[in-house]
Amino acid sequence: MTDMPDRPPTRWERLKDNDIYWSFIHSPGAIIAAAITVICILATFAAPLIAPFDPFDPGQISLWDGKLPPAWVEGGQDRYLLGTDNQGRDMLSTILYGGRLSIMVGLAAVCLGMVLGVSLGVISGYVGGATDAIVMRIADVQLTIPGILLAILINGIGRALIPLELRDDFAIYVVIVAIGLTDWPQFARVARGATLVEANKEYVQAARVIGLPGWLIMLRHIFPNTLRPVLVIATIGLALAIIAEATLSFLGQGIPPTTPSLGTLIRVGNDFLFSGLWWITFFPAIALVVLVFSVNLLGDWMRDALNPKLR
Amino acid sequence: MTELLRINDLDVEFPTRHGVVKAARGVSLTVAPGEVLGLVGESGAGKSTIGNAIINLLERPGRVASGEIVFQGEDLRTYDEDRMRKVRGARIGMIFQDPQTSLNPLLTIGQQLVETIQKATTHRGQAATAHAVELLEAVGITEARARLNAYPHQFSGGMRQRVVIALALAGDPDLVIADEPTTALDVSIQAQILDLLKRLCRERALGVIIVTHDIGVIANIADRVAVMFRGEVVETGKVAQVLGAPRHTYTKSLIAAVPRADRRLERFTSVDYIEGSGASGAKIDVRSHWLGKGRRGDPNIRDVIELKDLNLEFVLQRAIRKKNRKVVRAVDNVSLTVQRGEVLGLVGESGSGKSTVARLIAGLYNPDSGLIRIEGTDVVSQPRSAGARKARRLVQMIFQDPYSSLNARMRVRDIVAEPIRFYRTTESEAETRRIVGDLLEHVGLGAAAATRYPHEFSGGQRQRISIARALASRPEILICDEPTSALDVSVQATILNLLKDLQEELGLTMLFITHDLPVIRQMADRIAVMRNGAICEVAPTDRLFAAPEHEYSRHLLDLMPRMDLLDPDAA
Repeated sequence: MTDMPDRPPTRWERLKDNDIYWSFIHSPGAIIAAAITVICILATFAAPLIAPFDPFDPGQISLWDGKLPPAWVEGGQDRYLLGTDNQGRDMLSTILYGGRLSIMVGLAAVCLGMVLGVSLGVISGYVGGATDAIVMRIADVQLTIPGILLAILINGIGRALIPLELRDDFAIYVVIVAIGLTDWPQFARVARGATLVEANKEYVQAARVIGLPGWLIMLRHIFPNTLRPVLVIATIGLALAIIAEATLSFLGQGIPPTTPSLGTLIRVGNDFLFSGLWWITFFPAIALVVLVFSVNLLGDWMRDALNPKLR
Repeated sequence: MTELLRINDLDVEFPTRHGVVKAARGVSLTVAPGEVLGLVGESGAGKSTIGNAIINLLERPGRVASGEIVFQGEDLRTYDEDRMRKVRGARIGMIFQDPQTSLNPLLTIGQQLVETIQKATTHRGQAATAHAVELLEAVGITEARARLNAYPHQFSGGMRQRVVIALALAGDPDLVIADEPTTALDVSIQAQILDLLKRLCRERALGVIIVTHDIGVIANIADRVAVMFRGEVVETGKVAQVLGAPRHTYTKSLIAAVPRADRRLERFTSVDYIEGSGASGAKIDVRSHWLGKGRRGDPNIRDVIELKDLNLEFVLQRAIRKKNRKVVRAVDNVSLTVQRGEVLGLVGESGSGKSTVARLIAGLYNPDSGLIRIEGTDVVSQPRSAGARKARRLVQMIFQDPYSSLNARMRVRDIVAEPIRFYRTTESEAETRRIVGDLLEHVGLGAAAATRYPHEFSGGQRQRISIARALASRPEILICDEPTSALDVSVQATILNLLKDLQEELGLTMLFITHDLPVIRQMADRIAVMRNGAICEVAPTDRLFAAPEHEYSRHLLDLMPRMDLLDPDAA
């Protein structure tokens, strides 16, 4: 028997009553991880406001200030807190701008992979038969190839298709598509599994008895009920996508050095590592680790909170 | 009378984040040796909690807050976990509901029995094996010595439950707690297991606590009964006295709600004491209402549903070569007609194919061969044609499980309004909302339910939402697939009354599927008995109960639990 108050609860009350919210405020790890993630995202997206320099403005860059160490090291200057790179760009500002690019590429790639994977997964789970077999075998085959190699392949093909003079402008989009196309089988598998469970439940059968067409049942009934597991892998997928972008850029396959991402910065710094200019690699790498680690922790917590049976 | 177990003023609490839930409040019970105490109540009454509290196996974070549990003169609450473990098995045996999960599938029956015997008694080696054979023979398993080497999956459900009973007896306990021991079993096996428990209780002077929701089980086996309601024992006494002349209001309404197989009642006694959740009951006049208008049935057609030589096979095991395939005939040459305005009952044991027939009519499956006509329209040969779709729209279905039959992510209004919005059967959204409100009022939920989500409702209330959703399609034919078998008996009575009223008001044609004969006696005009996918007998309800023709129908009727005690005239 349900005890019911006189009026239906407001959205905020529903949220507060939610098990996930409750689990969140009772797990310190999740709160810290969420805080760091939010700080990373806010700081990088507010880069034009808070960064001391604009690394894309040639007027603010002077080669004379190149290769300066962090402020607290001998020879460092106070206005360059984390030092400068070989071109004289302020490391702190460059990391903020680069982090923004990395996060945006990661988010866009995950969204692409999610839209593609979830739609294919739900359709193949609900329709079944030959559609299911074909889609899932393609996914299986793709999963036998290491993701990063596949991303390099797609990236290479994408770049080859674009005329040379546009290549740098479109590099970001090519990277997003490359990572998104690499990601989709994970989403498809999870969405298909959830669909197989949901499609056998009686509410889906009730919708079929009403006479709703298949696409409407998938969209309105099945899709919303597959979201939980999809969100979990989307969070973990975000961390992986950021790493994938960094890897591509580090290998020189991704974002060009003129608009640096975290991966590009690490690659540039790598050339100077043995000259003792450790800070050019070190600080972007730390930023990458902190970002990916906190997103991962968040994903882990979410998996536990949404799937109590796994614990 | 000496006491084996005495529970005094027991309080069990479950601290949750919404505050402390008291699962048991001031419960006092006694059990004597050689006595069967029935603990009866509906879901959430706290009956299983009592059993678990005695052996200190409460699910976390539950705890015994106060009271004493005195077993053979000692307070079990003062025992630590080590001493408690020696009590469990050796002095108190346990039988759980599901024989599928209470045996380890990787060990043989013998290994499990011998292990338990060696832990709980002084028997070792050959002596333990001999004792295991004795026990299996005691619970009625033939060729016991050979069976020791069998694995649980080689036993049927009833045999497994016998093994579980043997395990419970392995330590030669003085008290056995049986938690819903027959709920997972078919009726025929239920009777055997209950007889066995009763016999063992007498022979070994065991005290038995049997926890169940089923009044029929209590009537058959218990000496004394304690009725639980919301964590409290509301009535205790001899079975004949409590069931024959209940004193407490709850007990009265609970017993009144049990469907009677021996005669037909106009309505089920309504149980306001239990459901009293402020259902306003503001009924609408269906004839002048939207719900009663736009009826699309053709009164000239008498046979609303017509099934002819229907066949459906399910593939159990696929193979490339035909002879390696395994198929089961779920529906085997079924021919059946349902006439306008009648309630046809479809009964049979689990696996008899009755639900499959319902799903074929509703269009969830397509038959391999045969004919289905709805309102005279063939819906099989061209399932996607406009005519077939129109005919299918006349059919609606109510499902068994109220927890999975509503989409948890939609508000009740959107769930109920879905067919109205999809087929645009109203003029405006405002009218849709008004009609959804009317429907919810009519099924006894109140229009305020529209803005809530399904998880805020109990099982019976959810089933009302399902009914409202089915009505929103303005059906001519309503298929009810075990609509109350997941519900408590008191809630079942109110839902059955609602379905009956709707059927009469709207002149619905109804196909009512159940395994429960007393329920079908109250609901159906005619009954079809199914077994192994085929129909054995179709007869008017009263004739079937009075003089069943087919052998299987007679067998089913014989298995019904005896309810003589419930009859005030006989008591």
